[in-house]
Amino acid sequence: MDANAEKIPVERTGIDQSLEVKKNTRVKAAVIEDDRKGISMRRKVVIGQMIVGVTIIFLWEFLTRIGWLDSYYWSNPSTIVQTGWTAAIQGTLLQDMAYTSGATIIGFILGTLVGSVIGLSFWWSSLYSRITEPYMIAFNAVPKLALAPVLVIMFGIGFNSKVIMAFLMTVIVAALAAYSGVKSVDKDLEKMLFSLGAKRHHVFMKVVVPSSVPWMVSSLKINIALALAGTIVGEFISSRQGVGRMILYAGQVMDLNLVWVGVIVLSFLSIFMYLGTVWIEKWLLKNRKYQ
Amino acid sequence: MNKLEIVHNSKTFKKNDKEFCALQETNMSIQSGKFVSIIGPSGCGKSTLFNIIAGLLPPSTGEVLLDGKNIVGKSGCVGYMLQKDLLLPWRTILDNVILGLEIRGVHKTEARERALPMLQKYGLKGFEHHFPAELSGGMRQRAALLRTLLYDKDVILLDEPFGALDAQTRLFMQSWLLKIWSDFKKTVLFVTHDIDEAIYLSDEIYVFSHRPGRIKAKVEVDLPRPRNEETLTQASFQHLKKGLLIMLKVEQEIS
Ligand SMILES: Nc1ncnc2c1ncn2[C@@H]1O[C@H](COP(=O)(O)OP(=O)(O)OP(=O)(O)O)[C@@H](O)[C@H]1O
Ligand SMILES: [Mg+2]
Repeated sequence: MDANAEKIPVERTGIDQSLEVKKNTRVKAAVIEDDRKGISMRRKVVIGQMIVGVTIIFLWEFLTRIGWLDSYYWSNPSTIVQTGWTAAIQGTLLQDMAYTSGATIIGFILGTLVGSVIGLSFWWSSLYSRITEPYMIAFNAVPKLALAPVLVIMFGIGFNSKVIMAFLMTVIVAALAAYSGVKSVDKDLEKMLFSLGAKRHHVFMKVVVPSSVPWMVSSLKINIALALAGTIVGEFISSRQGVGRMILYAGQVMDLNLVWVGVIVLSFLSIFMYLGTVWIEKWLLKNRKYQ
Repeated sequence: MNKLEIVHNSKTFKKNDKEFCALQETNMSIQSGKFVSIIGPSGCGKSTLFNIIAGLLPPSTGEVLLDGKNIVGKSGCVGYMLQKDLLLPWRTILDNVILGLEIRGVHKTEARERALPMLQKYGLKGFEHHFPAELSGGMRQRAALLRTLLYDKDVILLDEPFGALDAQTRLFMQSWLLKIWSDFKKTVLFVTHDIDEAIYLSDEIYVFSHRPGRIKAKVEVDLPRPRNEETLTQASFQHLKKGLLIMLKVEQEIS
């Protein structure tokens, strides 16, 4: 009887295994097919995107050359590249780029950190958070860009006022995001930690902060764009340096080619900083792929 | 010697200015090293009672005595596994299990060294560095229970740990739990809806009445240990089961 009892499972596992193997190979084949599809799809997308980009630049160049678009207003790609090159070599374009991105990044980092700390701090006291929340929302609604003249007078026309602008643009968004994270913390997780003898600071560090990370991260992409907008407006109001100031100056002397250079440069800065936040996001969430 | 005594505990919640009694006056005394089950209809206050014992919820009246000392409102005196597994999704299984040690101030590396052999011994070998979402329900329960065990208190409360598992996994987990219980010599309080499970595991069973909860009966289970699948078919097992079924049926009918 014992022998029988042993035999049956062995046979059964044998069958199971062969089934399993078959299933696996099928799955593998499917995966490979999917991958191939994915690769060819990706290639098509990239090629398509390049075609669209090249077409736009070509049309821009072509239409301004034949005069359908007025090249005084629209400039054209080759002139923009030329003007940009001259501005970089002979002018201060590179310093201006460093100035603008520096102010943006510093303001963004400060705003995100301070905002996150404020948002997370709301976990500690519901009295404090309930008193403060309406003011946060109200302050979020204030058009902070309109405050720029005041800030420039308060903090001078130098680097600091630009950083402050970028900071103000980001801090409340970051705080509200972190606060949403805090509000969504699973109460049972807190309970479980208390049952393991935890004090409040343990719960804060081991549950509240990590479970709010995805919420805080979700505000990064919006915030980097807001920070850049803040810096540029700060430069518009009054500045001696920066891409924003360059655009303003070029507009005043009617050098529209240079305005276009500024706009294009800002677009690239914006894209690079966006990619930077995507990278930070990936890094912060690298352990979260299974949630 | 009574390890744990529950004296005149009751709990009334206030909901929109209305009083709502979740647990009527309850008295229990539990001896050291016993396996004690609580069964009762849903909503009769079993989790409420556990929350009170664990110090997470202040009772409206009464005391909880651990080794003769009042622990009402003091959390962290007993191990408590809540109704959900509550593993932190951003931590690996190993790092989840060492949570209690970490809170006590043990260094992470040392805690991991201590926990690793336990994971390997109790059926989580090869999954130490996986994230909870990659594990089956049974494995997650095991991890949550090991976390509670590693916290190393004499009394552990288990609130329906196997409630969400299928019948077969459940049977396996029950034997697994009995092995752990005999290895670690803990005093266990165990909530379940499953009569078979209660009889199979326990020394004593408390039957709770329907809402608001109150102890309706206490049944001693004198089946010999160690228990195995054959225990389930013994006549005395069937006899106990019949008695409990009738009691619970009456409760269901009232509610
Ligand atoms: N914090 C609370 N506030 C108000 N009422 C509560 C609270 N916690 C539990 N209750 C109520 O107390 C009653 C008992 O709840 P409890 O969770 O203890 O039941 P239970 O016996 O564990 O049920 P189940 O078997 O379904 O888990 C329920 O009716 C529930 O709605
Ligand atoms: Mg319950």
